[in-house]
Amino acid sequence: MEETPQPRELTAEAKLATVAYEIISEKFGDAISPLDANPTMPFFEVVDAGRWLEIALFMRDNPHLRFTYLACLSGMDYPAEGKLGIVCNLESLGEHNHRIAVKVRCARDNAVLPTVARVWKTAEWHEREAYDMYGIVFANHPDLRRILCPEDWEGWPLRKDYQVQESYHGIQVPY
Amino acid sequence: MQELPKAEHRSVRVTPNGKNRVVIEKDLSSEEMILNMGPQHPSTHGVLRLECKTDGEVVVEAEPYLGYLHRCFEKHAEMVDYPGIVPFVDRMDYLAAMNSEFAYCIAVEKLLDIEIPRRVEFLRVIVSELNRIASHLVAIGTYAIDLGAFTPFLFCFRDREHIMSLLEWASGARMLYNYIWIGGASYDFPKGMQKRIDEFITYFRPKALELQRLLTENEIFVKRTRGIGMMPADVAVNYGWSGPMLRGSGVEWDLRRNDPYSIYPELDFKVCVPDGRHSDIGDSLSRHLVRAYEMEESLSIIEQCLDKMPAAEEGFNPRAAIPKRIRPKAGEVYGRAENPRGELGFYIVSDGKSTKPVRCKARSSCFVNLSAMKEMSMGQLIPDLVAIIGSIDIVLGEVDR
Repeated sequence: MEETPQPRELTAEAKLATVAYEIISEKFGDAISPLDANPTMPFFEVVDAGRWLEIALFMRDNPHLRFTYLACLSGMDYPAEGKLGIVCNLESLGEHNHRIAVKVRCARDNAVLPTVARVWKTAEWHEREAYDMYGIVFANHPDLRRILCPEDWEGWPLRKDYQVQESYHGIQVPY
Repeated sequence: MQELPKAEHRSVRVTPNGKNRVVIEKDLSSEEMILNMGPQHPSTHGVLRLECKTDGEVVVEAEPYLGYLHRCFEKHAEMVDYPGIVPFVDRMDYLAAMNSEFAYCIAVEKLLDIEIPRRVEFLRVIVSELNRIASHLVAIGTYAIDLGAFTPFLFCFRDREHIMSLLEWASGARMLYNYIWIGGASYDFPKGMQKRIDEFITYFRPKALELQRLLTENEIFVKRTRGIGMMPADVAVNYGWSGPMLRGSGVEWDLRRNDPYSIYPELDFKVCVPDGRHSDIGDSLSRHLVRAYEMEESLSIIEQCLDKMPAAEEGFNPRAAIPKRIRPKAGEVYGRAENPRGELGFYIVSDGKSTKPVRCKARSSCFVNLSAMKEMSMGQLIPDLVAIIGSIDIVLGEVDR
Protein backbone atom coordinates (compact mmCIF):
# COMPACT_ATOMS: atom_id res chain seq x y z
CA MET A 1 0.00 0.00 0.00
CA GLU A 2 1.27 3.41 -0.85
CA GLU A 3 1.61 5.84 1.97
CA THR A 4 0.49 9.39 1.40
CA PRO A 5 3.15 11.88 2.51
CA GLN A 6 2.19 13.42 5.82
CA PRO A 7 2.28 17.20 6.02
CA ARG A 8 5.40 18.06 7.90
CA GLU A 9 5.16 19.35 11.44
CA LEU A 10 6.07 23.02 11.54
CA THR A 11 9.45 23.74 13.08
CA ALA A 12 9.70 26.18 15.98
CA GLU A 13 11.17 28.77 13.64
CA ALA A 14 8.34 28.37 11.14
CA LYS A 15 5.76 28.67 13.94
CA LEU A 16 7.22 31.99 15.06
CA ALA A 17 7.32 33.16 11.47
CA THR A 18 3.65 32.21 11.03
CA VAL A 19 2.65 34.38 13.97
CA ALA A 20 4.59 37.31 12.55
CA TYR A 21 3.21 36.71 9.09
CA GLU A 22 -0.36 36.88 10.33
CA ILE A 23 0.18 40.38 11.73
CA ILE A 24 1.61 41.54 8.42
CA SER A 25 -1.10 39.92 6.31
CA GLU A 26 -3.79 41.55 8.44
CA LYS A 27 -2.67 44.92 7.15
CA PHE A 28 -1.15 44.07 3.78
CA GLY A 29 -3.13 40.94 2.89
CA ASP A 30 -3.73 42.06 -0.67
CA ALA A 31 -0.10 42.96 -1.34
CA ILE A 32 1.64 39.79 -0.15
CA SER A 33 1.53 36.11 -1.00
CA PRO A 34 0.71 33.32 1.49
CA LEU A 35 3.55 32.23 3.78
CA ASP A 36 5.68 29.35 2.62
CA ALA A 37 6.37 27.76 6.04
CA ASN A 38 9.15 25.44 4.91
CA PRO A 39 11.55 24.19 7.62
CA THR A 40 14.69 25.78 6.16
CA MET A 41 13.63 29.33 5.40
CA PRO A 42 10.01 30.46 5.89
CA PHE A 43 9.26 33.24 3.45
CA PHE A 44 6.55 35.24 1.77
CA GLU A 45 6.59 37.31 -1.35
CA VAL A 46 5.59 40.92 -1.81
CA VAL A 47 3.38 40.70 -4.87
CA ASP A 48 2.85 44.43 -5.17
CA ALA A 49 6.51 45.52 -5.27
CA GLY A 50 5.52 49.19 -5.11
CA ARG A 51 4.41 48.73 -1.51
CA TRP A 52 7.62 47.05 -0.36
CA LEU A 53 8.94 50.18 1.38
CA GLU A 54 5.67 50.64 3.25
CA ILE A 55 5.67 46.99 4.32
CA ALA A 56 9.33 47.21 5.36
CA LEU A 57 8.66 50.21 7.59
CA PHE A 58 5.66 48.47 9.13
CA MET A 59 7.72 45.34 9.79
CA ARG A 60 10.44 47.33 11.49
CA ASP A 61 8.27 49.59 13.60
CA ASN A 62 5.25 47.53 14.59
CA PRO A 63 5.71 46.70 18.30
CA HIS A 64 4.68 43.07 17.74
CA LEU A 65 7.02 42.57 14.82
CA ARG A 66 10.11 44.75 15.36
CA PHE A 67 12.19 43.26 12.55
CA THR A 68 15.09 45.48 13.52
CA TYR A 69 17.87 43.49 11.90
CA LEU A 70 18.32 42.88 8.21
CA ALA A 71 20.65 39.91 8.19
CA CYS A 72 21.03 39.55 4.45
CA LEU A 73 19.74 40.98 1.22
CA SER A 74 20.54 38.90 -1.83
CA GLY A 75 19.86 39.65 -5.45
CA MET A 76 18.28 36.85 -7.46
CA ASP A 77 17.75 36.01 -11.09
CA TYR A 78 14.72 34.00 -12.19
CA PRO A 79 15.35 33.52 -15.91
CA ALA A 80 12.41 31.11 -16.38
CA GLU A 81 9.90 33.72 -15.27
CA GLY A 82 11.80 36.59 -16.83
CA LYS A 83 12.22 38.26 -13.48
CA LEU A 84 14.84 39.58 -11.13
CA GLY A 85 14.38 39.97 -7.43
CA ILE A 86 15.75 40.34 -3.95
CA VAL A 87 15.51 38.12 -0.90
CA CYS A 88 15.70 39.76 2.52
CA ASN A 89 16.35 37.74 5.65
CA LEU A 90 14.89 39.66 8.54
CA GLU A 91 15.11 39.12 12.23
CA SER A 92 13.88 40.73 15.40
CA LEU A 93 17.19 40.97 17.18
CA GLY A 94 16.92 40.51 20.91
CA GLU A 95 13.25 41.44 21.08
CA HIS A 96 10.92 38.78 19.67
CA ASN A 97 13.60 36.61 18.10
CA HIS A 98 11.49 35.65 15.14
CA ARG A 99 12.87 35.39 11.64
CA ILE A 100 11.25 35.62 8.26
CA ALA A 101 12.40 36.05 4.69
CA VAL A 102 10.79 38.40 2.22
CA LYS A 103 11.04 38.15 -1.54
CA VAL A 104 10.39 41.01 -3.88
CA ARG A 105 10.51 40.59 -7.65
CA CYS A 106 10.54 42.86 -10.63
CA ALA A 107 10.52 42.49 -14.39
CA ARG A 108 13.84 41.68 -16.01
CA ASP A 109 13.66 44.36 -18.71
CA ASN A 110 12.55 47.09 -16.32
CA ALA A 111 14.27 46.16 -13.09
CA VAL A 112 13.26 48.85 -10.63
CA LEU A 113 12.49 48.28 -6.97
CA PRO A 114 11.96 50.71 -4.10
CA THR A 115 14.96 51.01 -1.81
CA VAL A 116 14.87 50.13 1.87
CA ALA A 117 18.25 51.71 2.61
CA ARG A 118 16.54 54.25 4.84
CA VAL A 119 14.74 51.56 6.80
CA TRP A 120 17.77 49.37 7.42
CA LYS A 121 21.14 50.96 6.79
CA THR A 122 22.54 47.50 6.04
CA ALA A 123 20.51 47.57 2.86
CA GLU A 124 22.52 50.45 1.45
CA TRP A 125 25.57 48.39 0.59
CA HIS A 126 23.64 45.22 -0.05
CA GLU A 127 21.45 47.01 -2.57
CA ARG A 128 24.52 48.46 -4.20
CA GLU A 129 25.79 44.91 -4.50
CA ALA A 130 22.51 43.71 -5.99
CA TYR A 131 22.69 46.57 -8.47
CA ASP A 132 26.29 45.73 -9.27
CA MET A 133 25.62 42.04 -9.85
CA TYR A 134 22.10 41.99 -11.27
CA GLY A 135 21.43 45.49 -12.50
CA ILE A 136 18.43 46.00 -10.27
CA VAL A 137 17.87 49.73 -9.92
CA PHE A 138 16.75 50.80 -6.48
CA ALA A 139 14.68 53.92 -6.81
CA ASN A 140 15.68 56.74 -4.44
CA HIS A 141 18.73 54.90 -3.21
CA PRO A 142 21.10 57.45 -1.57
CA ASP A 143 24.20 56.34 -3.45
CA LEU A 144 23.59 53.77 -6.16
CA ARG A 145 26.93 52.93 -7.69
CA ARG A 146 28.75 49.70 -8.42
CA ILE A 147 30.47 48.43 -5.31
CA LEU A 148 32.61 45.37 -6.09
CA CYS A 149 33.15 45.69 -9.84
CA PRO A 150 34.85 48.72 -11.39
CA GLU A 151 32.60 51.64 -12.23
CA ASP A 152 32.97 51.15 -15.98
CA TRP A 153 32.41 47.39 -16.05
CA GLU A 154 29.89 46.24 -18.62
CA GLY A 155 26.97 43.94 -17.92
CA TRP A 156 25.55 42.34 -14.80
CA PRO A 157 27.84 39.46 -13.81
CA LEU A 158 25.48 37.27 -11.80
CA ARG A 159 22.64 37.23 -14.30
CA LYS A 160 22.35 33.78 -15.78
CA ASP A 161 22.72 35.03 -19.35
CA TYR A 162 25.81 37.13 -18.62
CA GLN A 163 28.46 37.28 -21.31
CA VAL A 164 31.76 38.64 -20.14
CA GLN A 165 33.15 41.57 -22.07
CA GLU A 166 35.98 40.95 -24.52
CA SER A 167 38.41 43.48 -23.14
CA TYR A 168 38.62 45.95 -20.32
CA HIS A 169 40.87 48.99 -20.92
CA GLY A 170 42.85 46.99 -23.47
CA ILE A 171 43.21 43.99 -21.15
CA GLN A 172 41.86 40.70 -22.47
CA VAL A 173 39.17 39.49 -20.06
CA PRO A 174 38.15 35.90 -20.82
CA TYR A 175 40.96 33.36 -20.61
CA MET B 1 38.89 91.46 19.45
CA GLN B 2 36.35 90.18 17.06
CA GLU B 3 34.85 86.89 18.13
CA LEU B 4 35.02 84.09 15.63
CA PRO B 5 31.78 82.28 14.91
CA LYS B 6 31.96 78.81 16.40
CA ALA B 7 31.09 75.83 14.28
CA GLU B 8 29.47 73.38 16.64
CA HIS B 9 29.21 70.59 14.16
CA ARG B 10 32.94 70.57 13.81
CA SER B 11 33.59 69.44 17.34
CA VAL B 12 35.00 65.97 17.33
CA ARG B 13 35.68 63.06 19.66
CA VAL B 14 32.46 63.27 21.54
CA THR B 15 32.75 61.17 24.64
CA PRO B 16 29.76 60.85 26.96
CA ASN B 17 31.30 62.87 29.77
CA GLY B 18 32.90 65.33 27.46
CA LYS B 19 36.46 64.35 28.18
CA ASN B 20 39.01 64.41 25.35
CA ARG B 21 36.75 66.74 23.48
CA VAL B 22 38.57 68.59 20.77
CA VAL B 23 36.91 71.61 19.30
CA ILE B 24 38.17 72.80 15.95
CA GLU B 25 37.36 76.37 15.13
CA LYS B 26 35.81 76.66 11.74
CA ASP B 27 37.72 79.75 10.76
CA LEU B 28 41.07 78.09 11.12
CA SER B 29 40.27 75.97 8.13
CA SER B 30 40.69 77.25 4.65
CA GLU B 31 39.55 74.57 2.24
CA GLU B 32 38.86 70.89 2.10
CA MET B 33 41.46 68.54 0.76
CA ILE B 34 41.03 65.05 -0.64
CA LEU B 35 43.38 62.59 1.00
CA ASN B 36 43.60 59.14 -0.44
CA MET B 37 44.30 56.33 2.01
CA GLY B 38 45.09 52.94 0.57
CA PRO B 39 44.61 50.60 -1.23
CA GLN B 40 48.21 49.88 -0.33
CA HIS B 41 48.35 51.16 3.19
CA PRO B 42 49.41 49.05 6.17
CA SER B 43 46.62 50.29 8.39
CA THR B 44 43.83 49.44 5.98
CA HIS B 45 44.45 45.72 6.59
CA GLY B 46 44.59 44.78 2.98
CA VAL B 47 43.37 46.55 -0.09
CA LEU B 48 40.75 48.95 1.16
CA ARG B 49 40.77 52.46 -0.23
CA LEU B 50 39.39 55.34 1.73
CA GLU B 51 38.83 58.63 0.03
CA CYS B 52 38.95 61.11 2.87
CA LYS B 53 37.74 64.63 2.56
CA THR B 54 39.82 66.40 5.14
CA ASP B 55 39.68 69.78 6.74
CA GLY B 56 43.11 70.17 8.27
CA GLU B 57 43.46 67.20 10.59
CA VAL B 58 39.74 66.50 10.67
CA VAL B 59 38.10 63.98 8.40
CA VAL B 60 34.91 65.48 7.07
CA GLU B 61 33.91 62.37 5.21
CA ALA B 62 35.59 59.08 4.39
CA GLU B 63 34.18 57.07 1.55
CA PRO B 64 35.34 53.43 1.38
CA TYR B 65 36.02 51.92 -2.03
CA LEU B 66 35.98 48.15 -2.22
CA GLY B 67 36.48 45.49 -4.80
CA TYR B 68 40.26 45.34 -5.10
CA LEU B 69 40.17 41.75 -3.89
CA HIS B 70 36.94 40.74 -5.59
CA ARG B 71 37.37 37.15 -6.79
CA CYS B 72 33.82 36.44 -7.92
CA PHE B 73 33.06 33.91 -5.20
CA GLU B 74 29.34 33.90 -5.94
CA LYS B 75 29.86 33.35 -9.65
CA HIS B 76 32.34 30.55 -9.01
CA ALA B 77 29.97 28.94 -6.54
CA GLU B 78 27.38 28.55 -9.27
CA MET B 79 29.90 26.62 -11.36
CA VAL B 80 31.26 24.04 -8.92
CA ASP B 81 29.41 21.40 -6.92
CA TYR B 82 28.59 21.75 -3.23
CA PRO B 83 31.70 20.12 -1.70
CA GLY B 84 33.86 21.97 -4.21
CA ILE B 85 32.77 25.31 -2.79
CA VAL B 86 34.41 24.63 0.58
CA PRO B 87 37.93 25.59 -0.55
CA PHE B 88 36.54 28.80 -2.04
CA VAL B 89 34.90 29.59 1.28
CA ASP B 90 38.30 29.13 2.95
CA ARG B 91 39.72 31.85 0.80
CA MET B 92 37.08 34.36 1.77
CA ASP B 93 38.02 34.88 5.37
CA TYR B 94 41.51 33.46 5.28
CA LEU B 95 42.18 34.27 8.93
CA ALA B 96 39.27 32.17 10.14
CA ALA B 97 38.89 29.55 7.44
CA MET B 98 37.55 26.91 9.83
CA ASN B 99 34.71 29.14 10.96
CA SER B 100 33.81 30.00 7.38
CA GLU B 101 33.70 26.33 6.39
CA PHE B 102 31.60 25.63 9.42
CA ALA B 103 29.05 28.27 8.45
CA TYR B 104 28.86 27.03 4.88
CA CYS B 105 28.50 23.39 5.90
CA ILE B 106 25.78 24.27 8.39
CA ALA B 107 23.83 25.96 5.62
CA VAL B 108 24.10 23.04 3.21
CA GLU B 109 23.39 20.48 5.93
CA LYS B 110 20.24 22.36 6.86
CA LEU B 111 19.13 21.98 3.26
CA LEU B 112 20.11 18.31 3.16
CA ASP B 113 18.63 17.58 6.57
CA ILE B 114 21.28 15.07 7.63
CA GLU B 115 22.57 13.93 10.99
CA ILE B 116 26.21 14.57 11.85
CA PRO B 117 28.14 12.07 14.00
CA ARG B 118 28.59 13.40 17.52
CA ARG B 119 32.36 13.16 17.52
CA VAL B 120 32.52 15.15 14.31
CA GLU B 121 30.54 17.95 15.94
CA PHE B 122 33.17 18.13 18.66
CA LEU B 123 36.00 18.11 16.13
CA ARG B 124 34.35 20.99 14.33
CA VAL B 125 33.76 23.08 17.43
CA ILE B 126 37.29 22.55 18.72
CA VAL B 127 38.98 23.53 15.47
CA SER B 128 36.74 26.51 14.90
CA GLU B 129 37.27 27.79 18.43
CA LEU B 130 41.02 27.38 18.00
CA ASN B 131 40.74 29.30 14.78
CA ARG B 132 38.71 31.97 16.54
CA ILE B 133 41.55 32.51 19.01
CA ALA B 134 44.05 32.68 16.14
CA SER B 135 41.90 35.20 14.33
CA HIS B 136 41.45 37.37 17.41
CA LEU B 137 45.20 37.25 17.99
CA VAL B 138 45.77 38.69 14.53
CA ALA B 139 43.06 41.28 15.12
CA ILE B 140 44.57 42.39 18.40
CA GLY B 141 48.16 42.25 17.16
CA THR B 142 47.52 44.27 14.05
CA TYR B 143 45.35 46.70 15.96
CA ALA B 144 48.28 47.34 18.29
CA ILE B 145 50.64 47.85 15.38
CA ASP B 146 48.20 50.34 13.83
CA LEU B 147 48.40 52.35 17.01
CA GLY B 148 52.17 52.17 17.17
CA ALA B 149 52.76 49.31 19.60
CA PHE B 150 55.02 46.75 18.01
CA THR B 151 55.64 44.22 20.77
CA PRO B 152 52.09 42.86 21.20
CA PHE B 153 52.08 42.07 17.49
CA LEU B 154 55.09 39.80 17.87
CA PHE B 155 53.60 38.15 20.95
CA CYS B 156 50.32 37.51 19.13
CA PHE B 157 51.97 35.99 16.11
CA ARG B 158 54.19 33.80 18.27
CA ASP B 159 51.15 32.32 19.99
CA ARG B 160 49.13 32.11 16.80
CA GLU B 161 51.89 29.97 15.33
CA HIS B 162 51.11 27.25 17.90
CA ILE B 163 47.49 27.18 16.76
CA MET B 164 48.57 27.08 13.14
CA SER B 165 50.74 24.02 13.82
CA LEU B 166 47.91 22.33 15.71
CA LEU B 167 45.50 22.90 12.85
CA GLU B 168 48.14 21.87 10.35
CA TRP B 169 48.53 18.63 12.23
CA ALA B 170 44.80 18.01 12.08
CA SER B 171 44.13 19.05 8.49
CA GLY B 172 47.41 19.19 6.62
CA ALA B 173 47.24 22.89 5.83
CA ARG B 174 48.31 25.94 7.76
CA MET B 175 45.70 28.48 6.79
CA LEU B 176 43.24 27.24 4.17
CA TYR B 177 42.21 23.96 5.67
CA ASN B 178 39.33 22.37 3.73
CA TYR B 179 38.87 20.38 6.95
CA ILE B 180 35.15 20.64 7.68
CA TRP B 181 33.21 18.91 4.95
CA ILE B 182 29.50 18.77 4.29
CA GLY B 183 28.26 15.96 6.54
CA GLY B 184 31.57 15.34 8.25
CA ALA B 185 35.21 16.27 8.44
CA SER B 186 38.12 15.27 6.28
CA TYR B 187 40.15 13.54 9.00
CA ASP B 188 39.81 12.45 12.58
CA PHE B 189 42.22 14.06 15.04
CA PRO B 190 45.63 12.38 14.96
CA LYS B 191 46.69 10.40 18.03
CA GLY B 192 47.80 12.68 20.85
CA MET B 193 46.02 15.74 19.45
CA GLN B 194 43.89 16.14 22.54
CA LYS B 195 46.98 16.19 24.74
CA ARG B 196 48.64 18.78 22.53
CA ILE B 197 45.59 21.02 22.60
CA ASP B 198 45.47 20.65 26.35
CA GLU B 199 49.11 21.71 26.57
CA PHE B 200 48.41 24.69 24.38
CA ILE B 201 45.58 25.81 26.67
CA THR B 202 47.85 25.58 29.71
CA TYR B 203 50.50 27.52 27.83
CA PHE B 204 48.20 30.17 26.42
CA ARG B 205 46.18 31.13 29.53
CA PRO B 206 48.98 33.15 31.17
CA LYS B 207 50.02 34.52 27.78
CA ALA B 208 46.53 35.90 27.20
CA LEU B 209 46.73 37.60 30.56
CA GLU B 210 50.12 39.00 29.70
CA LEU B 211 48.69 40.38 26.49
CA GLN B 212 45.92 42.03 28.46
CA ARG B 213 48.43 43.68 30.75
CA LEU B 214 50.59 44.78 27.89
CA LEU B 215 47.79 46.31 25.87
CA THR B 216 44.48 46.71 27.59
CA GLU B 217 45.96 48.24 30.71
CA ASN B 218 48.32 50.34 28.68
CA GLU B 219 47.65 54.02 29.18
CA ILE B 220 48.70 55.01 25.66
CA PHE B 221 46.57 52.35 24.05
CA VAL B 222 43.54 53.32 26.12
CA LYS B 223 44.03 57.00 25.31
CA ARG B 224 44.06 56.21 21.62
CA THR B 225 40.94 54.05 21.64
CA ARG B 226 38.63 55.10 24.45
CA GLY B 227 35.72 57.17 23.24
CA ILE B 228 36.80 56.87 19.63
CA GLY B 229 34.38 55.62 17.00
CA MET B 230 31.31 55.52 19.22
CA MET B 231 28.38 53.47 18.00
CA PRO B 232 25.14 53.34 19.94
CA ALA B 233 23.44 49.95 20.17
CA ASP B 234 20.32 50.74 18.15
CA VAL B 235 22.29 52.26 15.28
CA ALA B 236 24.62 49.27 15.33
CA VAL B 237 21.65 46.92 14.93
CA ASN B 238 20.25 49.06 12.15
CA TYR B 239 23.59 48.83 10.37
CA GLY B 240 23.37 45.06 10.70
CA TRP B 241 26.47 44.77 12.86
CA SER B 242 27.18 41.44 14.43
CA GLY B 243 29.83 39.64 16.41
CA PRO B 244 32.34 41.52 18.58
CA MET B 245 31.32 44.79 16.93
CA LEU B 246 27.72 44.51 18.08
CA ARG B 247 28.69 43.17 21.48
CA GLY B 248 31.09 46.10 21.83
CA SER B 249 28.03 48.33 21.63
CA GLY B 250 26.57 46.47 24.59
CA VAL B 251 24.12 44.16 22.81
CA GLU B 252 24.29 40.66 24.22
CA TRP B 253 23.98 38.83 20.94
CA ASP B 254 25.91 35.78 19.93
CA LEU B 255 24.65 33.28 17.40
CA ARG B 256 26.22 30.47 19.41
CA ARG B 257 23.77 31.40 22.15
CA ASN B 258 20.84 33.07 20.34
CA ASP B 259 20.54 30.84 17.30
CA PRO B 260 22.43 27.82 18.56
CA TYR B 261 23.92 25.31 16.19
CA SER B 262 26.05 22.21 16.54
CA ILE B 263 26.76 21.34 20.19
CA TYR B 264 26.91 24.88 21.55
CA PRO B 265 23.72 24.48 23.64
CA GLU B 266 25.56 21.88 25.74
CA LEU B 267 28.49 24.14 26.45
CA ASP B 268 28.78 26.70 29.16
CA PHE B 269 30.21 30.01 28.03
CA LYS B 270 29.68 33.68 28.55
CA VAL B 271 28.61 36.15 25.88
CA CYS B 272 31.16 38.92 26.42
CA VAL B 273 29.92 42.47 26.53
CA PRO B 274 31.85 45.43 27.95
CA ASP B 275 30.77 46.44 31.43
CA GLY B 276 31.48 50.14 30.95
CA ARG B 277 34.08 50.33 33.68
CA HIS B 278 37.13 50.08 31.46
CA SER B 279 35.69 51.57 28.32
CA ASP B 280 32.80 53.70 27.12
CA ILE B 281 30.28 51.25 25.74
CA GLY B 282 30.31 51.33 21.96
CA ASP B 283 33.82 52.70 21.42
CA SER B 284 36.84 51.12 19.79
CA LEU B 285 38.26 50.01 23.11
CA SER B 286 35.05 48.07 23.90
CA ARG B 287 35.35 46.17 20.68
CA HIS B 288 38.96 45.35 21.46
CA LEU B 289 38.00 44.22 24.97
CA VAL B 290 35.27 41.93 23.64
CA ARG B 291 37.83 40.18 21.46
CA ALA B 292 40.29 39.89 24.32
CA TYR B 293 37.67 38.38 26.66
CA GLU B 294 36.34 36.11 23.96
CA MET B 295 39.68 34.38 23.61
CA GLU B 296 39.38 33.20 27.20
CA GLU B 297 35.82 32.01 26.62
CA SER B 298 37.02 30.08 23.59
CA LEU B 299 39.71 28.45 25.71
CA SER B 300 37.09 27.30 28.17
CA ILE B 301 34.85 26.02 25.34
CA ILE B 302 37.73 23.96 23.98
CA GLU B 303 38.43 22.55 27.44
CA GLN B 304 34.81 21.52 27.88
CA CYS B 305 34.80 19.94 24.43
CA LEU B 306 37.91 17.93 25.21
CA ASP B 307 36.21 16.64 28.36
CA LYS B 308 32.94 15.74 26.72
CA MET B 309 34.21 14.49 23.41
CA PRO B 310 33.31 10.84 22.83
CA ALA B 311 36.36 8.67 22.23
CA ALA B 312 36.87 7.42 18.72
CA GLU B 313 35.36 3.97 18.31
CA GLU B 314 37.23 1.29 16.44
CA GLY B 315 37.19 2.19 12.77
CA PHE B 316 35.65 5.64 13.32
CA ASN B 317 35.51 7.51 10.05
CA PRO B 318 34.58 11.20 10.05
CA ARG B 319 33.65 10.85 6.37
CA ALA B 320 31.13 8.07 7.05
CA ALA B 321 28.06 10.32 7.13
CA ILE B 322 28.96 12.23 3.98
CA PRO B 323 26.39 11.54 1.28
CA LYS B 324 27.84 9.95 -1.87
CA ARG B 325 26.31 12.57 -4.08
CA ILE B 326 25.35 15.90 -2.57
CA ARG B 327 22.21 17.00 -4.31
CA PRO B 328 19.79 18.77 -1.96
CA LYS B 329 16.11 18.76 -2.73
CA ALA B 330 14.67 21.92 -4.20
CA GLY B 331 14.56 24.67 -1.65
CA GLU B 332 16.41 27.55 -0.18
CA VAL B 333 18.14 28.15 3.07
CA TYR B 334 19.84 30.88 5.01
CA GLY B 335 22.41 29.22 7.24
CA ARG B 336 24.76 31.13 9.47
CA ALA B 337 27.34 30.82 12.17
CA GLU B 338 29.25 33.06 14.51
CA ASN B 339 32.51 33.94 12.89
CA PRO B 340 35.27 35.79 14.77
CA ARG B 341 34.14 38.86 12.84
CA GLY B 342 30.41 38.38 13.23
CA GLU B 343 27.60 36.63 11.49
CA LEU B 344 28.69 34.78 8.39
CA GLY B 345 25.62 33.64 6.49
CA PHE B 346 25.05 31.74 3.31
CA TYR B 347 21.89 32.05 1.28
CA ILE B 348 21.78 28.95 -0.90
CA VAL B 349 19.15 28.05 -3.47
CA SER B 350 18.93 24.54 -4.87
CA ASP B 351 16.76 23.51 -7.77
CA GLY B 352 16.72 19.85 -6.70
CA LYS B 353 18.16 18.60 -9.99
CA SER B 354 21.70 19.82 -10.10
CA THR B 355 24.72 19.15 -7.88
CA LYS B 356 25.57 22.83 -8.13
CA PRO B 357 23.71 25.58 -6.31
CA VAL B 358 21.59 27.95 -8.35
CA ARG B 359 22.61 30.77 -6.07
CA CYS B 360 25.09 30.98 -3.25
CA LYS B 361 25.23 34.36 -1.62
CA ALA B 362 27.69 34.97 1.15
CA ARG B 363 26.59 37.44 3.76
CA SER B 364 29.97 38.62 4.85
CA SER B 365 30.29 39.94 8.35
CA CYS B 366 32.94 42.56 7.78
CA PHE B 367 31.31 43.81 4.59
CA VAL B 368 28.35 44.78 6.72
CA ASN B 369 30.45 46.01 9.63
CA LEU B 370 32.50 48.18 7.30
CA SER B 371 29.42 49.84 5.84
CA ALA B 372 29.19 52.01 8.94
CA MET B 373 32.66 53.40 8.27
CA LYS B 374 31.39 56.50 6.54
CA GLU B 375 29.24 57.51 9.47
CA MET B 376 31.80 56.60 12.12
CA SER B 377 34.60 58.56 10.50
CA MET B 378 32.72 61.83 10.23
CA GLY B 379 34.47 64.55 12.20
CA GLN B 380 37.25 62.33 13.50
CA LEU B 381 40.94 63.08 13.39
CA ILE B 382 43.01 61.20 10.80
CA PRO B 383 44.94 59.14 13.38
CA ASP B 384 41.61 58.19 14.95
CA LEU B 385 40.43 56.98 11.58
CA VAL B 386 43.19 54.39 11.76
CA ALA B 387 42.01 53.40 15.23
CA ILE B 388 38.47 52.96 13.93
CA ILE B 389 39.39 50.84 10.92
CA GLY B 390 41.54 48.65 13.14
CA SER B 391 38.70 48.14 15.59
CA ILE B 392 36.38 46.92 12.81
CA ASP B 393 38.87 44.13 12.16
CA ILE B 394 38.26 43.71 8.47
CA VAL B 395 39.57 40.95 6.28
CA LEU B 396 39.34 42.24 2.75
CA GLY B 397 39.12 38.74 1.39
CA GLU B 398 35.74 38.47 3.04
CA VAL B 399 34.61 42.01 2.30
CA ASP B 400 35.20 41.69 -1.43
CA ARG B 401 34.70 37.93 -1.76
